[in-house]
Amino acid sequence: MMAFNFVGCWALFVKEVRRFYSVAVQTIFAPIVSSLLYLLIFGTVISAKIDVFTGLSYSQFLIPGLVMMTILQNSFSNTSSSLIQAKMHGNLSFVLLSPISPLEFYIAFIGAAVVRGLAVGLGVLVVGLFAFDLHMIQPGLILLFALLASAIMGGVGMTAGILSDKFDQLSAFQNFLIVPLTFLSGVFYSISALPSFWQQASHLNPFFYMVDGFRYGFFNQSDVSIGLSLGVSFGFFLLITFINLILLYKGVKIRD
Amino acid sequence: MTTAAVEFRSISKNYGELQALNNISFQVEKGSFFGLLGPNGAGKSTLINAMAGLITPTSGDILVNGFHTVKNYRGSRKSLGLVPQELISDPFFTIKELLDIQSGYFGLKGPEQKQWTSELLERLALSDKANSLTNTLSGGMKRRVLIAMALVHKPDVIVLDEPTAGVDVDLRKTLWDFTKELHAKGHTIILTTHYLEEAEALCEKVAILDKGQLKALEKTSDLLSRHNFRYIRVNFEGGEPYFISELQSRVDSLSKTEVVFKVEKEMPLNQILGWLVESKVHLKDITSRDATLEEVFLDITSEDK
Repeated sequence: MMAFNFVGCWALFVKEVRRFYSVAVQTIFAPIVSSLLYLLIFGTVISAKIDVFTGLSYSQFLIPGLVMMTILQNSFSNTSSSLIQAKMHGNLSFVLLSPISPLEFYIAFIGAAVVRGLAVGLGVLVVGLFAFDLHMIQPGLILLFALLASAIMGGVGMTAGILSDKFDQLSAFQNFLIVPLTFLSGVFYSISALPSFWQQASHLNPFFYMVDGFRYGFFNQSDVSIGLSLGVSFGFFLLITFINLILLYKGVKIRD
Repeated sequence: MTTAAVEFRSISKNYGELQALNNISFQVEKGSFFGLLGPNGAGKSTLINAMAGLITPTSGDILVNGFHTVKNYRGSRKSLGLVPQELISDPFFTIKELLDIQSGYFGLKGPEQKQWTSELLERLALSDKANSLTNTLSGGMKRRVLIAMALVHKPDVIVLDEPTAGVDVDLRKTLWDFTKELHAKGHTIILTTHYLEEAEALCEKVAILDKGQLKALEKTSDLLSRHNFRYIRVNFEGGEPYFISELQSRVDSLSKTEVVFKVEKEMPLNQILGWLVESKVHLKDITSRDATLEEVFLDITSEDK
């Protein structure tokens, strides 16, 4: 009995990366362009009307938020769309017939989601670094949050992909849960500018901690303590990993 | 050391109120060519999917090569290659890429594996299309790809779920030649098909499922010889005769020049000839044959109807 099927896990990871890379215009370049449009519109048109952290222009403040938003949405899309397509085409059975374990399956899919999240996030960041006077005070922390966020959202995408039977259900998951939580996570504003009730409500949004912690890596300034952001993000990662492994071990909606 | 390639132990599968499989138990011997037959909705594909680990049975256990399909799934999946009924493909990859990926899932790589996948491509006449995306292929080509994918890990047990459905004569011949070759090399072959003449010609033993229940499990030759009837074909001239009641009750099919009677095996031919004379039939020709697997199958599956 093999302990861990490294070759199998790697093969699935590479296949998932090649899958999104083969349609890179749609999966990498289009999201980068969308984010840069946000930067153009929000950064130039409404920058004067929004208060952010001291000593920062709105565009400087916005870029890390946009990078994180791009990471969150694309890592979610990678696992969710891959799974739903594989279910609809029936080719998920190629993997299910193989001796790949649920853990190996999970690691391969999350790994590919992280690669896509980082690739797209890096694209937005590079433009931001060149176009604006942006410094990364703690690059290690920035990378840690980017990795955590893409792994978390890869996991959320996997849960959505497993539980959805058709594209319509996945679309509802994305439009009514992921997009609102992302937009309300402080990507475009500091929650300190919000009324008290919405500030409290923002603390219930797990995406907020990923955005806030990521931004701290750039400016050493944040809405909540970096320890809290790290703790919540890591806890969320463990929770979503646990949920997915239970779904995969039980074969919910994929082996029933 | 178990002699069973596959062992089903009290397998049941429920989908809500529907009982797709009801307490199925039997074994498929190692090295055999086994037919799993039944009408649409009998539970054949459900049983195959449970064997391959694509669905989890509600109760019961399945062992493939002695490996439990749930508790020791790595062993059971390495032992089994399934050619599914549906023509599934992956639009992102070429045939060659898919075979390499599938090999990787099984932990297989390196020159020896490359050699084997090239051999599969050649053997299944896919070499010319190796770099084509699978969604651009015809149905027959897709079927060949699925066969190649099921064989990348050289499984001991090969399951073919309706492999010849909708395929042309050439592919059918290629497929059966290849399957016979694999069987001769010691692989266990499990076949489901609606073409019962194929099952009769190839399978040493068959199981017949109907409405989720095991209706028959026997050597094909025993099943055919155990059948209580034989068929007598009579060609006649001079218009449709009026058969006496003893013959009329035994008519299996009738046309303007030919009638087939389904008669008890022990009934002497003289008796039939006597009844034909009595019915004033102008005989042109008469032949007798044993039941085909299709006729046995129809008898068994129509018992409850």
